[in-house]
Amino acid sequence: MAETYIEVKNLTKRFDEQIAVNRVSFSVSKGEVVGFLGPNGAGKSTTMRMLLGYYLPTEGEAKILGYDCIEESLEVRKHTGYLPENNPLYYDMYVKEFLLFMAYSQKIANPSKRIKEVIEITGLGPEQHKQIGQLSRGYKQRVGLAHALLHDPEVLILDEPTSGLDPNQVIEIRTLIRELGKERTILLSTHIMQEVEQVCSRVIIINKGRLVADGDPAHLKKTIFSRRRFRLEIQEKITDIPESLKRWHVEVIGPGHWIVYSESEEDIRPILYQLCVSNNWTLLTLVEEEQALEEVFHKLTMET
Amino acid sequence: MKAIFFKEVSAFLSSLIAYMVLAVFFITSGLWLWIFPQTSILESGYASLQPFFDFAPWLLMFLASAITMRSFAEEQKTQTIELLLTRPFREWEVVLGKFLASAFLLTIALLPTVTYVVFLYWLSTPVGNLPIGAIIGSYMGLILLGSSFVSIGLFASVITSSQTVAFLLSLFISFFFYYGFGALSQMATFIGRYDWILEQLGMYAHYISLGRGVIDSRDVIYFLSVTVAFLFFTQLVLESRK
Repeated sequence: MAETYIEVKNLTKRFDEQIAVNRVSFSVSKGEVVGFLGPNGAGKSTTMRMLLGYYLPTEGEAKILGYDCIEESLEVRKHTGYLPENNPLYYDMYVKEFLLFMAYSQKIANPSKRIKEVIEITGLGPEQHKQIGQLSRGYKQRVGLAHALLHDPEVLILDEPTSGLDPNQVIEIRTLIRELGKERTILLSTHIMQEVEQVCSRVIIINKGRLVADGDPAHLKKTIFSRRRFRLEIQEKITDIPESLKRWHVEVIGPGHWIVYSESEEDIRPILYQLCVSNNWTLLTLVEEEQALEEVFHKLTMET
Repeated sequence: MKAIFFKEVSAFLSSLIAYMVLAVFFITSGLWLWIFPQTSILESGYASLQPFFDFAPWLLMFLASAITMRSFAEEQKTQTIELLLTRPFREWEVVLGKFLASAFLLTIALLPTVTYVVFLYWLSTPVGNLPIGAIIGSYMGLILLGSSFVSIGLFASVITSSQTVAFLLSLFISFFFYYGFGALSQMATFIGRYDWILEQLGMYAHYISLGRGVIDSRDVIYFLSVTVAFLFFTQLVLESRK
């Protein structure tokens, strides 16, 4: 069993009457890259802020590297890199000036050497002499990641690291995060599903302040969808659902074009193929449809 | 705290704020003391810095409000406050760092006016015929006043994310503390009953008292209490987000 780096127990945050986070529990082990998924306003940022001691939980407790997030929040902050939501930065500061200030704030031993290193890691090199306000959003995001990495933290907490970026920038930042995830424990929040599938080894889904799912993406898909989906297309324009297909649940896409759901884990492609042969149909398509994590998310967050 | 202090000071220097504060303070008080006929020393013929010390608190009030209005309001507007408050330091270190930076700038702005004292020293007859004790007391009063105004300014800035609101609120509270209490004490209903207490609550009486050249610990304690109180309120507001 790997070491637990982030541990959250019954964490609750109430703002007046509204419950932003409701008894959320999870843990993250050393080396994991966990996606914290949920629609806007689900309580992702609030949870992360409690981990950093920016908010105090109403109830429950959280620990990072064994340090209590309430009592020892200064220790937590020394060992955790944090990229806040919307990536706030001092736009009138120069990149290096800003990183130097953050280095002093974190009381880093050899600031200028470390700043050089993080500029290298985050690929800020060509823009390092500019004012932050003049940078593109993608580069601003790199500055955000750079300051989160300055004190060489074991744990990274990134709140929507790719929001507001164009597709190319998103790919660059994701590559960077994947790179960072090789030697660090990362908790990143997002509402983009592909991000989780591409970057994360595990996903935690919360909705309306409650934890609704926790597991690796593939496993989640399986448990949420107990049946498999197959697309069957033939050349014959048959409008009615053939009698022989009626033992399964069938969705009609068009004439001679159906989605067939298997009842269980069973792969029914051989049976479907045999059916086509025995009916003398000309088979055009027979594939299993991948069920996107997107749909898992949608299903989980719309039902409650 | 040191990191915050240096960040704030360098923000003053890299924007025009620091130079503006220095220039405005030096030029305005210079005009007041040497050029404007109503208040000029050269017109009145008395070797006294009193016109400067009467005028300087009002200037300080404006300048303190102007340099502090940004401190928290802007950070709250751009959300950089979250960046500060998730670093390994406490709220009070942020408040104190910002306070020291602004108070430092205001104190520096007072320095060039020492040249007025030097001028006057040579102008007076016989040379050097100046109430040095009173002048030192008044400068001390100005520094203490400035610190109180800065502290009030920080408080006004922390409760809003609009710099304009912060500026006006700071000006209002500072005005009330400096002039309002003393003026209220002159109202007929208060005379003979609460007038002394009201007057002592105001900054004016304590500033005048320091200007007499005798440093009374009660005056110093008064200004320090006002400063600490508003710094404490600032920290409370900052913590209330939690």
